[in-house]
Amino acid sequence: MTIHKPQQRADVAEIITQASADGTALAIVGAGSKLGLGRHAPCADQLDMSGFAGGLDYQPSELVLSAGAGTPLAQIEALLAENRQMLAFEPPDWSGLLGAGGSGTLGGVIATNIAGPRRVKSGAPRDHFLGFHGVNGRGDMFKAGGRVVKNVTGYDLAKIQAGAFGTLAVLTDITLKVVPAPETSVTLVLRGEDEQAAFASMTRALNSPHEVSGAAFLPAAAAARAGGFGGDATSVTLLRLEGHGPSVAFRAGALASMLAGGDVLPEAASLALWREIACVQPLLQRTDSLVWKLNPQPSRAASVLAEVQARLPVTSCFMDWGGGLLWIELDPAVPDAGAGVMREALARAGGHAMLVRASEALRAQVPVFAPLEAGLARLTARIKAAYDPADVLNCGRMYPPVVS
Amino acid sequence: MLARRHDIVAHLRALVPGEGVIDAEIERRAYESDGLTAYRQLPMVVVLPSTTAEVVAVLRYCHAEGIKVVPRGAGTSLSGGALPLEDGVLLGLGKFKKVLEIDIANRCAVVQPGVTNLAITQAVQGEGFYYAPDPSSQIACTIGGNVAENSGGVHCLKYGLTTNNVIGVEMVTMEGEVLRLGGKHYDAGGLDLLGVMVGSEGLLGVVTEVTVRILPKPPGARALLIGFPDVEGAGACVAAIIAAGIIPGGMEMMDKLAIEAAEAFVHANYPLDAEALLIVELDGCEAEVNHLVAAVEDLARHHGASSIRASTSEEERLLFWAGRKAAFPAVGRLSPDYYCMDGTIPRQRLTQVLARMKQLEARYRLRVANVFHAGDGNLHPLILYDANQPGELERAEAFGSDILRLCVEVGGVLTGEHGVGVEKRDLMDTMFDAVDLDQQLRLKCAFDAQSLLNPGKVFPQLCNCAELGRVHVKGGQTRFPELPRF
Ligand SMILES: Cc1cc2nc3c(=O)[nH]c(=O)nc-3n(C[C@H](O)[C@H](O)[C@H](O)COP(=O)(O)OP(=O)(O)OC[C@H]3O[C@@H](n4cnc5c(N)ncnc54)[C@H](O)[C@@H]3O)c2cc1C
Repeated sequence: MTIHKPQQRADVAEIITQASADGTALAIVGAGSKLGLGRHAPCADQLDMSGFAGGLDYQPSELVLSAGAGTPLAQIEALLAENRQMLAFEPPDWSGLLGAGGSGTLGGVIATNIAGPRRVKSGAPRDHFLGFHGVNGRGDMFKAGGRVVKNVTGYDLAKIQAGAFGTLAVLTDITLKVVPAPETSVTLVLRGEDEQAAFASMTRALNSPHEVSGAAFLPAAAAARAGGFGGDATSVTLLRLEGHGPSVAFRAGALASMLAGGDVLPEAASLALWREIACVQPLLQRTDSLVWKLNPQPSRAASVLAEVQARLPVTSCFMDWGGGLLWIELDPAVPDAGAGVMREALARAGGHAMLVRASEALRAQVPVFAPLEAGLARLTARIKAAYDPADVLNCGRMYPPVVS
Repeated sequence: MLARRHDIVAHLRALVPGEGVIDAEIERRAYESDGLTAYRQLPMVVVLPSTTAEVVAVLRYCHAEGIKVVPRGAGTSLSGGALPLEDGVLLGLGKFKKVLEIDIANRCAVVQPGVTNLAITQAVQGEGFYYAPDPSSQIACTIGGNVAENSGGVHCLKYGLTTNNVIGVEMVTMEGEVLRLGGKHYDAGGLDLLGVMVGSEGLLGVVTEVTVRILPKPPGARALLIGFPDVEGAGACVAAIIAAGIIPGGMEMMDKLAIEAAEAFVHANYPLDAEALLIVELDGCEAEVNHLVAAVEDLARHHGASSIRASTSEEERLLFWAGRKAAFPAVGRLSPDYYCMDGTIPRQRLTQVLARMKQLEARYRLRVANVFHAGDGNLHPLILYDANQPGELERAEAFGSDILRLCVEVGGVLTGEHGVGVEKRDLMDTMFDAVDLDQQLRLKCAFDAQSLLNPGKVFPQLCNCAELGRVHVKGGQTRFPELPRF
């Protein structure tokens, strides 16, 4: 295997032009923190983008930040924190989940479009991704979007790039919208609810004007694995409030009286708790288990979970995003990684499921991403061909190559 | 194509029965332009389907026959996005008027594309919700048009644009295939095709159903009216508000001419001595609003505000906004015609851009009134002209192009929310080179290989998909001569 480590966009273009002429598949790697995510489809060569670190252009009062795609996320988050700003989508660190070191690079976060608990209020990376420079699978250097928050000039190619797992183009430079960090935050904790009751509480909270920015439910076993709750052995429903001091204080009181109860977890404990939830830590019972991420229609979360629990050996689970995200851990011995059941449940409930953690062999056999309905699959294949006709960029990382 | 007109109309009548096919010239006239009235073109025929199945049938037929199609919502586009084609079908979605479902548990509503923006809020406000993006045209414009243009409004700084508030669509491709993108769940399960549909200006598919996110209405809001003796002070105050970690629900700026026009029109007690006026709205719970009003007042004083008023009642808040919301018609009273521009700039370049605009005013001998989404840098210079004076329209257009070039030159973009349409398509190369545009055109080809859907919009060249697909296209190609120029 050849590992290319370009330093300039033109080098990337040259490498890809050559690879596409030879038909050599390239694995695109930032820090490698998410290599275990997606279909397992080994590529002949590797394109190491860590040379594209830095190049920061950041004006806090413009709410815009640009950086090389290989810039470590931790570095960007530290810089933003110094200026009391943040990435609104709360990029989670899945290194514990995926068994990798560190939270990765900016390019990796965009390519996988992974958001943390604040997704319910503030959206995903795609919602904050303003523009980029990159190289498509033909070796063309192109750009899209801009460096301002409001822009409708041409197609919004940033959107389709986010969550494409590097299968369309290699990003070299990324511009993001940033937001002020909240002055303070607290979490209201309701104890002892079951899934149905928790969904009802989360929905009442999210539907209230109290601007809830995190809504999760940890069954007792998961709660026991989250820092603060150690020995309590009850489930917890967690509702986060963030913002200016007087506002958070008022809303915490109002929300507690609306839901008739709950304790308030103060700032430090609240911060630590949501970091754990973002990292999926409360889920992880064992290191060899299968992990699924389900995105059902929120109102169907409890029924989807009940169905999955009835039909599969679920070892652990929890809900985030007010029910819009279900984390499920399965015994690794389950046939087809449980894919059939997951997808049946979601076909009825609306939504999709991704196999997040499984062995390479399983991720090669079982569809990791929700299989596409025929018309969408054809369109997706045409779009892939429009960007990368020789199918060299992260070939097979999302879907098996189309045999034509 | 025109020779076959009779035959085409007969075919379409079989597909869309009743009054769904408009053939008479006098009735077609109603569709000859959109909000960009300087451009007019009578469509070959107007078709108004009322079901997705009819849209499918029309598009299948047009696809098979190689007939061009221009989708249209309410026709309020300010960039000529819905401008008809002489040899094309104008496909109006005006009959898709139903709110299909209000789903409070999932905080969304499912509506047909012809539902107006405001009607969505009206449908859900009884439950304490609203649909956040609020273009000034919200009484008239449709959600289908909003999706196509990725429309914004004064609340977009805090609550996002259309693209951040639409979670699903049903669309029909030019081939007549029905696709569902997104839905009530979070995130796409595959490529984010919804993300490129939003803002695609009717070139990638016809939207036949839209699922929007709805938000709980904030319990309260107060607005501040802040006058400044110069634009610099106002600009610095905006930057300071954001630097202080405050994202207002809305933050608008008006220049002296716009202030005078608005005041004469709605008598909102705007400070006539001010060179620049800020309207800053803070929303949320009472504790938050009062806390932030005080903080913004402090910042305004610190940046040399000449007058500060905070609304103390809902009536007063609405009055503060009335002038801004009526700014376009108010400016319209100063002059027989005006031309509305829509560039975005990095906010810190505001003073420089306004100074250059003053020079351009002298050069083109036309006045400009400025209203400005100050929080996100989206400028709306309104160029005053009189179309009855020979040469003034051309001067206004040339002036407008110079303003947009200036926006790009300082690091901004050609259009913040109105779209490229026909109006700005020939300026696309100030922002994008040939390779950038080719990548966009390739995406178009993946959706519409024959370029039949809304051709002539957005791109300075018509798309030749076979050519793009085959070889490596080098920069600097000549423009396509067959493309009509306006
Ligand atoms: C007075 C005034 C104020 C305005 N203020 C604002 C503002 O504050 N913010 C803002 O963003 N815009 C504003 N606009 C511009 C305009 O209202 C928006 O662009 C709006 O979204 C257009 O909606 P429409 O239904 O009128 O669409 P149309 O004008 O009919 O069409 C616009 C585009 O959408 C396409 N289209 C329409 N429906 C569909 C569909 N169902 N499927 C596929 N494509 C479709 C058309 O082909 C066309 O390209 C303003 C316009 C006016 C006249």
